[in-house]
Parts: sequence; structure tokens; C-alpha cells
Amino acid sequence: MNFRFTISPIDTESARRELQTLSAGGYVSFEGWVRDLNEGQEVTRLEYEAFQELAVKEGDRIIGEAMRRFPVKHALCIHRVGSLGLSDMAVWVGVSSVHRGEAFDACRFIIDEVKHRVPIWKKEHYRSGDSGWVNCERCAAAPLHSRAAHSPVEDSLVEQSHAEHPHDRIALANPK
Amino acid sequence: MSKLRVYGLILAGGLSTRMHRDKAALKYQGKTQLDRAFELASRHLTNVFVSVRADQTLDPMRAQRPMIVDSVAGDGPIVGIRSALIAHPQVAWLVLACDLPFLSDAVIENLLRERDSVGFATRFAAAYKSAHDGLPEPLCAIWEPAAAKPLADYQAGGGHCPRKFLIRHGARLLEPQDARALDNVNTPEEYSQALAALDNAIPMQLKIQYYALMREQAGRSEETLETAASTPAGLYEELVARYGFTLSRDQLKVAVNSEFSDWSRKLEEGDAVVFIPPVAGG
Repeated sequence: MNFRFTISPIDTESARRELQTLSAGGYVSFEGWVRDLNEGQEVTRLEYEAFQELAVKEGDRIIGEAMRRFPVKHALCIHRVGSLGLSDMAVWVGVSSVHRGEAFDACRFIIDEVKHRVPIWKKEHYRSGDSGWVNCERCAAAPLHSRAAHSPVEDSLVEQSHAEHPHDRIALANPK
Repeated sequence: MSKLRVYGLILAGGLSTRMHRDKAALKYQGKTQLDRAFELASRHLTNVFVSVRADQTLDPMRAQRPMIVDSVAGDGPIVGIRSALIAHPQVAWLVLACDLPFLSDAVIENLLRERDSVGFATRFAAAYKSAHDGLPEPLCAIWEPAAAKPLADYQAGGGHCPRKFLIRHGARLLEPQDARALDNVNTPEEYSQALAALDNAIPMQLKIQYYALMREQAGRSEETLETAASTPAGLYEELVARYGFTLSRDQLKVAVNSEFSDWSRKLEEGDAVVFIPPVAGG
């Protein structure tokens, strides 16, 4: 299974090793972190839960789509569930490929699709003492499933694709 | 003196406290109670109105129908009945509660026919006798204009129950054709039973799992439920009545047996159903 859940911190080192293959010349990964601010509210922690039986099927389908779309060697996505504190890693995506371009593309594709399709939910706890299910309460007016592209959820995580960001962790190993 | 015309009045202003949601919006066979009652009355009468509280006039479901807004103080159906009698004092009113899912054309026809046959002998109202206690059912009845004044006096004297009013003043009582015709639906359990009876379906056991916001609103993460809902759409309707879920169906996806499913899929005994609120992974 190329899409997995874990209740303990994501072991990126061993996940990365799973992607290694002699023909791979590049490796791209994405980490989603718990950020301290979302839509003006100070976040103190998050709770993730998933409908795991369906989530792993849908996650595997997404990775399968990515592999068909982009000629990559291996792809893996690990999502954490349970209670997470600030800066904890909620999700990890790793892709290895012959050249870097398709690895970046596939990595981006996988995280975007996972956010929109996999039955995972998060509850934000705020400094005010309040809490709320992201996309279900404050955003209840707009049907999420019909919404395109980026959800506000993305803002609660560190965006790895911005190179200037101090937390940038896109890793490109052995570039060619 | 010629016979007075009859207008229809659908009572849909109740607070639905036991149902935990607007009863008028409950659906049977894909149609809201309000629409079902309104259409039923409209098949027999030309002028039909929805009785609403002043704060309901902007509700889109009600506002698409002609409305009679409460114009007298007080609580309960007596306010709607009095407001109608005041708004059109020259007509009699076929008053129907919207929460009587078993009402049929035959019931309405019979009520109108009986009123005609006795003419003005029906001084205040013609009402069906409840199959349960034999008392008049004031919310499936024809109220005559002559009732306006005594009804006002009754309310001024502290009365608020139209049934007691009819008992005290004497209504022409009719036997309902079928014992269940006047059963009303006040609780989520009664709603489930009514859905089952109307669909004439055999109840089946389903396993339902709840996640995230819906788990919190249902107060449980899973349950085995006996239901007559034949599709996920019908099941969700039933569960909204039971738990007051705040998410509308178009915000959800549904899975049956751990795979995404269509809302109109035919459910089978033992199916595992999961409603999927807007996701927020990553």
C-alpha cells in the first residue's frame, strides 16, 4: 500500500529509503506541518481522524493516477492521525524518479488530490478555547466537494512549494 | 343564504421542538410535508394558504406559497386559525396540520362532503374524531366563520387549545376512514415509522459509522439501525431528523461498504453506510 496512516510521528527516513532505487536520479518530498494561525485564529493543536478503510483505497488510487500521469519510479504518502501539536508533521509525500521534473509534478499532484478526495478530517483547537472541524463549520455555507483547487485547509499547513519559506523542505537528492 | 366557500390553510408555523428541526421540511417520498399537505389541499380547493409566524415570512420554502401571517398574539395553532378567520372572514377554512403524513384525498373529500351534507348545522366546525381517544382533531377540520368570535373569546379567557374549544362548543364529528389517517408525526422515531409505513418497505438493519462533526452531533461513532430508508438519501433524511445534523446533503459524500456510492443506490440488509463530511486532510 502506497498510502498509509500512522498514529506516531511519521518516520520520513525509512519512508524515503523505500523510494530508493538504482534508476532514480531524483527525490522530491512534501511535508505538511501544523501551523499556529488559520483564518485569523490562533491554533494550538489539531486532531485528525480518518475513515481509514476507504481513505487507503482512495489514497492508493491517487498514487496510481500520479504514476500513470507522470513517469516516476515510486511514490508514497503517509498521513498522521490523532492529536498533533504545532509544527508536528501531518502528512508526508515522497516521490522518486529518473529526472526531477516529473517528481515535482507527481508530488504536487498527490498532495493536492489527497487534500480534496481522501476522507480525513481535522479539528482545530484555538487559543480562545474554541474549536471547529475545518470545512464543516466555519465554511459550511459552501459545499466543499464542488470547490476547486485550494481549500482554506492548505493555509493551516506550511506550504512547502514556496522556496523562500524558512521551513522549506523540498529535498532534491542527487540532482542531474 | 348560499354556502360559503372553503379556503385551505396549511399549518406550518409550529416550533417542532420534539423533532429538533422544522417539521414542515421533513420529506416523504422526496417531497416536504409542507408541499404534500399544500398539494393535497390544492387538489380539492382553489385557494390554499400556508399559515406562518411573522418571523417565517422570508423562509424560502414557505414564501413560495400564498401565506397568512399570524395577526393575533399567542402560541400554537389557535393563532393560525384565528388569523385566517380574520384575514378572510367570509370563507370557511379547511385547516390541515402539515404533519399528518397519512392524510389522503379520500379523507379530505369526505370532510368536504360531510360539511356540505349538513350545511349550517356545522355551526363552528366539522372535525374528524381521533381514532385514539375519540376527541375532535382540530387540525384536520373545517372551521366556519362563525367560530371567529367564540374562538377569540376563548383565547381571551386564557384558552389556547383548539381541541378543547371544539369539545366545549361542539363540532360535528366524523369517523375517519382509516384508523391511521390522522396520526401525526412529532418525534424522529415517529418519522422513521411513518417513512417505513409510507414506503411500505420492510425495515432492514444497517450499520452506520459517523466521523468528525457528524460523530459529535450524533453522539456516537457507530450504530446498527433498523430503517425503512431504501437509499442513502432517504437514510440521511431520517438521520437528520434524529440527530439534527447541520450539514446539508450536497456538502456530503456517502460510502456504502467502504466504497463511494451514489445517493440513490438501493440499500441492502447489513450494508455499512458512512456519510462523509467535507474532508480536510493534509
